[in-house]
Amino acid sequence: MIQSAAHLLLLLVVLTDFAVLGTSRLSACIRWIAFQGALLGVLSFFGGGELGWNAILVAAGTIIVKAIALPAFLRWAIREASIRREVEPLIGYLASILLGGAALAVAFGLAASMPPSVRDALEVPVALVTVIIGMIVLMTRVKAITQVIGYLMLENGVYLFGIRLARHVPFLIEAGVLLDVFVGVFIMGIVVFHINREFDSISSANLSELRES
Amino acid sequence: MIDLLLIAVPIVAAGLAYVIRARGWNSALLLGVAIFHSAIVLRRWTYAPVPADGSWIGLDDLGLIVLSVNSAVFLCVAVYAAAFLRVHTPRGGRGFIPCLLAFLGATSLVALSQHLALLWVGLEATTLSLAPLIYSRRDRPSLEAVWKYLVLSSVGIAFALLAVFLLANAQAADAGARPLLLSDLTTRAAHLDTWWLRAAYVFALAGFGTKMGLAPLHTWKPDAYGQAPSLVGGLLAGTLTTCAFLGVARFTQIATAAGLESFVRPLLIAAGLLSLVIAAAFIIGQSDVKRMLAYSSVEHMGLLVIGLGVGGIGVYGSVLHMINNGLIKGALFLAVGNLVLAAGTAVAADMRGMRAVCPISALLVLAGLFAITGSPPFGLFLSEFSIIDGALQQHHPWVAAVTVLMLAVIFVGLSRMIIGIVYGTPSTISAEAAPEREHRALIIAPTLLTAVVLLFGLYLPPSLQSALARAAAALGGHSP
Amino acid sequence: MTGPGSALAGLVVLAIVAPAVLGVAGRTKAFLTRRRGAPVLQLYIDLAKAMRRGIVLSNTTTLVFRAAPIVVLAALLMAATVVPLDGRSALIGFPGDVVAFAYALGLGRLLLVLAALDTGSSFEGMGASREVTVAAFVELGLFLAFGTLAVLTKQLSLSGMLGAPLAASWRAASPAIVMTAVSLFALMLAECARAPVDDPATHLELTMIHEVMVLDHSGPDLALMHYASALELSLVGALIVDLIVPRAHVPLGGSLAILAAGLVAVGIAVGAVEASVARMRMPKIPLYLAGASSLGLFSLVLVLWSGA
Repeated sequence: MIQSAAHLLLLLVVLTDFAVLGTSRLSACIRWIAFQGALLGVLSFFGGGELGWNAILVAAGTIIVKAIALPAFLRWAIREASIRREVEPLIGYLASILLGGAALAVAFGLAASMPPSVRDALEVPVALVTVIIGMIVLMTRVKAITQVIGYLMLENGVYLFGIRLARHVPFLIEAGVLLDVFVGVFIMGIVVFHINREFDSISSANLSELRES
Repeated sequence: MIDLLLIAVPIVAAGLAYVIRARGWNSALLLGVAIFHSAIVLRRWTYAPVPADGSWIGLDDLGLIVLSVNSAVFLCVAVYAAAFLRVHTPRGGRGFIPCLLAFLGATSLVALSQHLALLWVGLEATTLSLAPLIYSRRDRPSLEAVWKYLVLSSVGIAFALLAVFLLANAQAADAGARPLLLSDLTTRAAHLDTWWLRAAYVFALAGFGTKMGLAPLHTWKPDAYGQAPSLVGGLLAGTLTTCAFLGVARFTQIATAAGLESFVRPLLIAAGLLSLVIAAAFIIGQSDVKRMLAYSSVEHMGLLVIGLGVGGIGVYGSVLHMINNGLIKGALFLAVGNLVLAAGTAVAADMRGMRAVCPISALLVLAGLFAITGSPPFGLFLSEFSIIDGALQQHHPWVAAVTVLMLAVIFVGLSRMIIGIVYGTPSTISAEAAPEREHRALIIAPTLLTAVVLLFGLYLPPSLQSALARAAAALGGHSP
Repeated sequence: MTGPGSALAGLVVLAIVAPAVLGVAGRTKAFLTRRRGAPVLQLYIDLAKAMRRGIVLSNTTTLVFRAAPIVVLAALLMAATVVPLDGRSALIGFPGDVVAFAYALGLGRLLLVLAALDTGSSFEGMGASREVTVAAFVELGLFLAFGTLAVLTKQLSLSGMLGAPLAASWRAASPAIVMTAVSLFALMLAECARAPVDDPATHLELTMIHEVMVLDHSGPDLALMHYASALELSLVGALIVDLIVPRAHVPLGGSLAILAAGLVAVGIAVGAVEASVARMRMPKIPLYLAGASSLGLFSLVLVLWSGA
């Protein structure tokens, strides 16, 4: 029962990946990534070794950081920069979704060739898909905030790996990782704020001045 | 538990410095903490480092070496910073010194970690604490530089985290081992699942390699090094790269203990050679002196990784090179920083004939040029020689040949620019340059570092030699 | 009871219920937008009225235009013969009849488009080009969905994919099957000219695809075209019903009742969607279809992975 509930949550994670990949409304992107963070929090509660106070704290921490605090901060950032929509990404939304489909095939294909101990775990291909799609978003989007969202998705994918692979990693480390991600995104948000102040836009097309001369 | 002080004191001091706004107090705090740190590290050399079993914090040989390099470079940068800040005020305001101190704490954490996830936390902390420093000038180019730095470094760190998780999974089959503890990982390496270990290593090389600045993940380096204030550049090139290399070294340590040398070494050699070639390609025709130093850093990271990859005496050379490179990079950035301050530009064509304007700094830069290209009697000659010797001894003649060729090309490129800067007829800009009162403190720091590198070229203290030998052995090599 | 008799009974039920499904959709949409809307059985009355009228033909049209409505309907009926409408077997079944199904639908679409082009009106030509664009993407998604079912049930015939073997694997693979059903639903909206791809109630150039192609038909021809459209929606709807509620082991009476009820449910769903979303801009439609196809791809990958 728990197994199929976890399965369902993992499938939802993949759907949120595609949702972020295909939408141009920034507030929708943030909502999807917040939802993904919440899914991860619940999954971390299920996936851990023992169900104890540690698991509850980690799940709560994940939800607070990934589903509440960071999305709220991102919403503040887009309000400050007064932007609502992403511009056409470097490879177009249609190509992005097709690439996402390719990532899906690659991830599940790779997962099928892994050692038997994780052959049946759905977390592994889902984590891999999330990492790949996170990189796609990070590399092909033009606005800085969307690149941060792509980084968050990448981190979510790695975190998902952690839920499955690192069951025995102590609580302190999970807390440290969460804290680092929080501070990292926080600093990125501050830089985006500065970018907006400097250029009156957060298009990364403005950030291509430095080059070899 | 004195070791914990090495981390705690800088962090607490960072908090203090943020609250106390007075510039003079903060500079004093910075200097004080740096001296305290170096004193403790020095004292650590008097007895052999053996980490307590099971503890997450402890010093082994490799850790002590990295810690010492970081401490020495930081001390000199602190001395430089105290004088620098008296004259210049970074537009970032109150964050400058707290971030420097936080950085010191973070690098100490990296060196002292016996637990791999803790090492990751430390490395991420170093990334974040340097970001505001890179953005000190608060102008558009530095904004672009810090953005690229943040994005690329964060992706690299995420991959490194994945590597840590994969490593934990490699250990999962071994019930008796404590997860991610270095001692357990190395002593019980036979129980590690090799499939997961290999996957972990690939991601570790990619992730930590991004932080080191190995090609092809080095693209943030020229921008970050070029835009950051020179003393921050010194920290970036001298200490951050050393810490990142420690990450690669730790994973190599584990892989070697598990018998995966044949898998790991080709990867390292390939990455190293690629870095050398790309560095050489971009140094030729470079016009900005700080960006050129960035590519020089890429070159030396390539050398470090080649040394690790060829094995044998190359490993010894690699660890020795880590020390020499860290120190001389610090020195070069500080000295070049003086020249850039005086000329007001970092474009080499506008900085000709600086010998007339800042004689001592120019001399230091010249000495640095010889050091960094591996000329005797500087220490880098010995280390680079050991790496190439290792390549030959371990039957990699082509690796040795390509390395030597690239080093020669880089020598030409570097000399062309630096000799042009130091000698040559002063251009209009440098003729008008205000001889930045060569404040004693601004010169002492790079002089000290260069002198130590010169010393290491002639004489290695026995305690250092034995530490190097043990570290090399742990990484799968041997000493001469 | 199985065999051709039950399959025929299923086909008859489908043929009778089809216009009502459209009526249900319209009624739901009206209800959700606080209007009264037309009666559910309105389409039957409209069809009867149209049959009694005469045909007006343009001078520029040819035999193609006259033949189109009949061929369209015939193609749909042909497609319906391979679908197991009684839940276990179709009138005609053979390995690979999935492809026959898809291309029977394609034949109908071909004639529809040709008839539109035959009128020589640029208005209808525009509709024709849009229809063909949408169809290209829909076909991809359709085959992904069928591929998923084929891999899951290891059958190559629709009777197998939607019949007993599906019922057997339903428990284990329900997430993939549900996702396939959702994907098919999204594709159906595109194929059968409903929102958000097309607006059946509009007559503005900007928003028409299907409506514009049947603009020039009149009398019985128009009746056939409208009926064919309703039949197509019900046919694909029947596929979806089969996915959600496998009827292989239900006796014939109950199976047909479930079919009818399921079709009504599909109609309600279509109406609900129509009431909630506006028609998408043309450039967005490939994106929408790519999303639906990705869902299909995801279920295919999932089924392959869990079976491997």
